[in-house]
Amino acid sequence: MSEQGTGRMTPIGLHRALDAIWRAPKGLAAFSTVNHSVVGRRFIVTAFVFFAIGGLMAMLMRAQLARPQNPFLGPEVYNQLFTLHGTVMMFLFAIPLIEGVALYLLPKLLGARDLAYPRLSAFGYWCYLFGGVAILASFVFGVAPDGGWFMYVPLASKAYSPGINADVWLLGVTFVEVSAICAAVEFVVTVLKVRTGGMALHRMPLMAWYLLITAAMMLVGFPPLILGSVLLEIERAFGWPFFAPDAGGAPLLWQHLFWLFGHPEVYIIFLPAAGVVSTLIPVFARTRIVGYAWIVAAIIALAFLSFGLWVHHMFTTGIPHLALAFFSAASTLVAIPTAVQIFAWTATLLKGRLHLSLPMLYLLGFFSVFIFGGLTGVMLAIVPFDWQVHDTHFVVAHLHYVLIGGFVFPMLAAVYYWLPLMTGRLPVFSVSRTAFWLIFIGFNTTFLVMHLTGLLGMPRRVFTYEAGLGWDLPNLISSFGGFVMAAGFAVFTLDLVLQFRFGRRFRRNPWKGTTLDWAMPTPAPSYNFAALPRVSSRDPLIDDPDLGAQLARGEGYLGRVRDGQMETLGVDMATGEPDQIIVLPQNDYLPILTALSLAIFFGCFLFGFYAFSPVGLGLAAVCVWRWLWSMGAKNDGEPEAAGLGLELPLYHSAARPPVWLGLIYFLVANGTFFASLLFGYLFLWTIAPNWPPPRMIEGGIGLAVLTASGLILSAVSAGRARALNASARPGRDLFQALAGIFSVLGGAGLVAILIMAAPPPTGHAYGAATAALLGYGFLHAGVGALFSAYAVARGQAGFISPVRATDARAPALWHAYTAVCALAGLVFVYGLPLAMGGGA
Amino acid sequence: MIAGSAVILSGVLGLIGYAFLNRDGLRDVPDRVWLIGGGVGFPMVVLTALLAWALPTGESMTGARGEVYEVQAEAYQWGWRFSYPDGAPGETGSEAGVLYIPAGEPVDVAVTAVDVIHAFWIPRLAGKIDAIPGQTTHLRIQADEPGEYRGQCAEFCGLGHAGMNFMVVAYAPGDTGAAGEGDER
Ligand code: HEM
Ligand SMILES: [Cu+2]
Ligand SMILES: [Cu+2]
Repeated sequence: MSEQGTGRMTPIGLHRALDAIWRAPKGLAAFSTVNHSVVGRRFIVTAFVFFAIGGLMAMLMRAQLARPQNPFLGPEVYNQLFTLHGTVMMFLFAIPLIEGVALYLLPKLLGARDLAYPRLSAFGYWCYLFGGVAILASFVFGVAPDGGWFMYVPLASKAYSPGINADVWLLGVTFVEVSAICAAVEFVVTVLKVRTGGMALHRMPLMAWYLLITAAMMLVGFPPLILGSVLLEIERAFGWPFFAPDAGGAPLLWQHLFWLFGHPEVYIIFLPAAGVVSTLIPVFARTRIVGYAWIVAAIIALAFLSFGLWVHHMFTTGIPHLALAFFSAASTLVAIPTAVQIFAWTATLLKGRLHLSLPMLYLLGFFSVFIFGGLTGVMLAIVPFDWQVHDTHFVVAHLHYVLIGGFVFPMLAAVYYWLPLMTGRLPVFSVSRTAFWLIFIGFNTTFLVMHLTGLLGMPRRVFTYEAGLGWDLPNLISSFGGFVMAAGFAVFTLDLVLQFRFGRRFRRNPWKGTTLDWAMPTPAPSYNFAALPRVSSRDPLIDDPDLGAQLARGEGYLGRVRDGQMETLGVDMATGEPDQIIVLPQNDYLPILTALSLAIFFGCFLFGFYAFSPVGLGLAAVCVWRWLWSMGAKNDGEPEAAGLGLELPLYHSAARPPVWLGLIYFLVANGTFFASLLFGYLFLWTIAPNWPPPRMIEGGIGLAVLTASGLILSAVSAGRARALNASARPGRDLFQALAGIFSVLGGAGLVAILIMAAPPPTGHAYGAATAALLGYGFLHAGVGALFSAYAVARGQAGFISPVRATDARAPALWHAYTAVCALAGLVFVYGLPLAMGGGA
Repeated sequence: MIAGSAVILSGVLGLIGYAFLNRDGLRDVPDRVWLIGGGVGFPMVVLTALLAWALPTGESMTGARGEVYEVQAEAYQWGWRFSYPDGAPGETGSEAGVLYIPAGEPVDVAVTAVDVIHAFWIPRLAGKIDAIPGQTTHLRIQADEPGEYRGQCAEFCGLGHAGMNFMVVAYAPGDTGAAGEGDER
């Protein structure tokens, strides 16, 4: 029982007091909302709007393909349609829907009141919205991307796509990916750190495990794509020939970077959907899941395997036989963790007693469609077969079986399962079933015959075809099925509206769920839990079906309002024992302002005002500065009562505050980006045509040594500042300032090498890649200097102490990272010419 | 392969369907049987068999180069140019989109592109191979019977992709009639 307040407060009173500080504002102030339920809902709704738009595009394509030589659409429009359809579905629907679901559900599953960084979620939403709207707007103006959703070069290079179409894709998608990286960092930190007391890792709901692994995959899966997009945009804007074969570039480098992202992406989409399956099946079978540990092991294995598979999208590019055999075998291996999950679900179903409620119906759809899609996937992993059907409609059919079967069906099940949590109402059943059968039958009609169309040799991405090749009838059937499915989605939408308006009200937990998301009143309150529970098993609601009512009475952790602050618990990552009270930020306009600043940056690039683009970055830096400044405190403060007899430090005085962890995971993503850059450098050097370059780096060794020393000194000084702070000795801010100065000098050194010793980046891919490596170091040195300046200012303002040490530790970590990367870069730049027998 | 897939699909769906009957029949099978047997053992067996069959097949579709007749295929936006070891048929004019090969023997095609990535594909003769600028890839094809075969570009290459077809004419050994003059192979 909490010490303060609750004794005197009724559940209603506590609800009012909490709601007053957590409630999302109305009117214009809605732009400042950071609450996870609201932002999650925005993500979900926006994603479904994009889904509808992507679906409309699919309908246009199916209308065009219904008859041979159909004059309805020309290749210009058709090419934009399939490119946008693929891009919208993958980047603007699937990933953001996952983010939205995770944003909405994670705190509820983990027994928390919000995620680790509510403002970051809001920022991610605005990035997603702006990037997505820009991509769609381009279609209205007839300049939409038209190179296919994987944008192969040289087709997407300036020479063959001179318009801004490709830039829209590169910049828009990168803008959206900013939000994916933010989300990934946020989800990893939230699952590891922001749970309720007693929820050790092995007691987390499976859904949290799935989302943790998904987020970790996003962290290392997206950087290669971002790198590829950045390099290609630089090539298009400034003529650095990374991918142009006649200047030593490698078109295949793009494919490697894209599929390094693209293959894991499929699993990133699939895992959360599988999480839904693992959550719903035991609930509807009225039993516990079979093989919890097996499932966790399987998803971890899947995550690792999926990163070894990208080459299987490139079986037809003439890569060596041994590599083909290896990747073919590895591709089939993923069938094992998938099979483990399928049999765990089957065994659970066999153990329990179930009835066919609505979410279960969608799961049945999932089982039949997805297993079929998985089997055709194994066929594709077999090289000889892949050569035959690669880039035909067989692949289009397979991909929709996996994506719609493996992702859309479970997500629709999730909508029906969790919507009552949002609305407090249950669906009107008959309409829902009609919608399901229309979607299911329409889907199979469309895509089952499409396998045949592909086997008959119809390539994908053709705007029309000749009559008499045997493709006419199957295409007509596919188009017909497509419209049946569209009708199904229309009925589905109608059903949701009906449920909002007329659904049956209920009190708590209509499905008899066993996890904490159902331990709250419905519709879910803005603060989730009036008090956070102490859990001692995986299924708290089986242990104590009355838990919800107890929490509403404020019995648990933090069941109070303290100084109008928004509080939740931080826990030890493994054991789940509480170790800090996290005070969350209030609503704030900074997220949208930061996103707008980035929009200026991307917009300048899109329209070729390169000189103005730094303005956007500068504004963003100002926003981030103020954002960070608003955290922390000027005195250490005493541990506070946290309820259930516990006293805990506040987050800024804790050993591992969430910000610190966030920086670490951001650096993991950033490190993957850098590793991909090194990979690209080596790849160009060893594989690309027209090497060696006419001129390599010449001289400047002395300068390089000076530069490296500067950056190492900066890391050492920042480390010294941290150590001085930790032991409360003087000189902290002085050394921090030194670190900043050394950082500036090191950055200047990198630029000097680039200008004086390296060949121009525009002549040959060698020069371009060298400049990219040096530029990466320069950028990080620059940010490091800002970081140190910030830390000095914070120190002077009194925000740093031996206990409140994050602002002193973070720059040290950053400078160390910068020094390592810059050193590696310099070793590559100066070492490779020697090792490979070049000039230097 | 398709039959095997159908068996697996119906097997798993059968189990799930059985679950909906709520019978007690399989309720007492220990969890481990499902997880180890179904999840690990079963796919291992199936996949090993599949790979054992597939890898040698894949090998025979490429094979050592140099001993067989080799033709060059060059892709451009949007068409194909073919050339032959002894500078023979179909290099000019309206025949630019026709590839002549001898029937009944293996032929290597050396594929490249001048602008963007295309892919060389004759659905009835062999798998496909990408045509990548700055790089040459190889594909072995064989037409057992003389006749005409349809070929097409299989990698999206821009506005003209859908129409980037070509024709393969396989001529009987010794018969040079249809194949144009000069090819004596
Ligand atoms: C709503 C029903 C849908 C229909 C009728 C449909 C139909 C199509 C068609 C006709 C194509 C183009 C075939 C071609 O000419 O190459 C296509 C491509 C594609 N679809 Fe869908 N689709 C649907 C839903 C989805 C969903 C839900 C996703 C993903 C979550 C998706 C992802 C893709 C992708 C990635 C491509 C490849 C685009 C490219 O080639 O660049 N589709 N779809
Ligand atoms: Cu082509
Ligand atoms: Cu093409």
